[in-house]
Amino acid sequence: MNRKELLPIQLFPLGEKAVLLQFEEEVSEHTHAKIQAVARYLDLHPTPGMIEYVPAYTTLTVYYDPWLLSEKGKIDPYDKIVTMLQEVLSKAKEQKTDKRTPVEIPVCYGGDFGPDLQEVAEYNNLSTENVIELHSKNTYLVHMIGFAPGFPYLGGMDKRIATPRKKEPRTMIPKGSVGIAGEQTGIYPIETPGGWQLIGRTPLVLFDPEREQPSLLKAGDQVKFVPVSEKEFQKQVKQYEH
Amino acid sequence: MSIKVVKPGLLTTIQDLGRQGHQQEGVIVSGAMDTFAMRIANLLVSNPENTATLEATLQGPTLYFEQDQLIALTGADMAASINGKPVRMWRPLLVRGGSTLTFKTAREGCRCYIAVSGGMNVPKVMGSAATYLRAGFGGYHGRALQADDVIHCRKYNETDAAALSARLSDEAIGEWFAQPNWTLEPQPYMVYEEQPVIRAMRGIEYELFDETSQEGFWQHIFQVTPQSDRMGYRLLGQMLQLQEPKELLSSAVTFGTVQVPPQGMPIILMADHQTTGGYPRIAQVIAADLPKLAQVQPGKNIQFKEVSLQEANAFYLKQEMDLEQLKSAISLKLNTT
Repeated sequence: MNRKELLPIQLFPLGEKAVLLQFEEEVSEHTHAKIQAVARYLDLHPTPGMIEYVPAYTTLTVYYDPWLLSEKGKIDPYDKIVTMLQEVLSKAKEQKTDKRTPVEIPVCYGGDFGPDLQEVAEYNNLSTENVIELHSKNTYLVHMIGFAPGFPYLGGMDKRIATPRKKEPRTMIPKGSVGIAGEQTGIYPIETPGGWQLIGRTPLVLFDPEREQPSLLKAGDQVKFVPVSEKEFQKQVKQYEH
Repeated sequence: MSIKVVKPGLLTTIQDLGRQGHQQEGVIVSGAMDTFAMRIANLLVSNPENTATLEATLQGPTLYFEQDQLIALTGADMAASINGKPVRMWRPLLVRGGSTLTFKTAREGCRCYIAVSGGMNVPKVMGSAATYLRAGFGGYHGRALQADDVIHCRKYNETDAAALSARLSDEAIGEWFAQPNWTLEPQPYMVYEEQPVIRAMRGIEYELFDETSQEGFWQHIFQVTPQSDRMGYRLLGQMLQLQEPKELLSSAVTFGTVQVPPQGMPIILMADHQTTGGYPRIAQVIAADLPKLAQVQPGKNIQFKEVSLQEANAFYLKQEMDLEQLKSAISLKLNTT
């Protein structure tokens, strides 16, 4: 990655305590790689006054402490953070990001676990078997985590199974549910209301605040869905309870 | 040392200054809505500013104190009294064991903070004691207080607090409580107006809105509807529209972000806001006015006033400097009264 490619990054203040870095307008693996390089650089070079960052599809937002960066009111905190980020951006271009092996997500498709599998199949003139096959064939990229703790926004779904959201959102969706909304697919880590088409459920615990890494997935991870039987699902649920 | 919840009030949760560093995992920051009042409450009882406090909403709880406890009440005025006798807010308060603290509905403001010297003994989850209601963790078992809950408190070890307690204890012979007679110089952030002006900056998508919406946003009055909560204030007023429909990709949002869903009524994101959102951001409430906004009762009106980022920074830094001064003033008073 050369310097020129980093130049079009635009900086916007998100209030007095955060700066949003806009990389590109379009979602692409290339944009994602650039965001990941900056994120990785920030992980490896923690700086006093920078609190945390939030990667998204085409942006990375850095939260900072204006009181600290202003040296208790002596200098302009926004000027200071912009200078700091310019340095981060120029150095992050050298940053290598490791290729991660895909995380396998076992999914029991259909039945009570995927009450909308039939609807997704009918909408796309496919059989339910086709839907399962197309959904579990691709390797997905975690673009970002948002909406709920540990909820991955996944890119790379086959457009042939894209289905609009439910007209009436469900008041409660069980945790572990795998759903489709338009051209996106995702997994509900906690029980929450939601409007996605539910096609299956995973026994994996996507979010546990007591774990060292509470969220199973993070931005930049690769994901593959592996179909499992209900018997296997129940076996794994028991396994994770212990 | 413990406090027993006799009545929980409308929504009483344990809050500190929030859970930082985990937004990239989709974990919200949460924490006190009015951090100014919350920090003062802690300072008044010699606690570090980030110590967990109780945040009561509109109607405060009824709390029974088993032992003597040094506490402070700040924020909304809910006519607090101990065994029927009114107590003063914004100053330390020694409560005698066996007394009951009661509140009425808020006369002014929306949220009252109750700090306990030494803090409450609740576990930190992912680095914070803040209650995350939707995910069900943090605070008191991840939920709002209920009747019969017992909150265990730590013994205060700060010499300031111990000395003040001892002095007040001498004065409190035969009484249910005692307070020093000094009061804080009131700061603008402690006064809750009927229809506050909330200062804001242009949001990242401000330019996408049509001219009528841009002008109307600053000129019109908006009502904070009863459907407002710790996640967001849903406003009612002038319809806000984009010049042309546009689908945005989700990206970060923060406390004070004013976003506009397609139906045209803005929502101000508050302490329990999601980490990311996909609606256009017309404005961003300045950090210095978030405490004021947190104290607006549902049903009341607000008006926005435009300021620049430079002005917003100056107001925020001024507020932090005021707080530093209050901190020294309180420390001095705690040592001399």
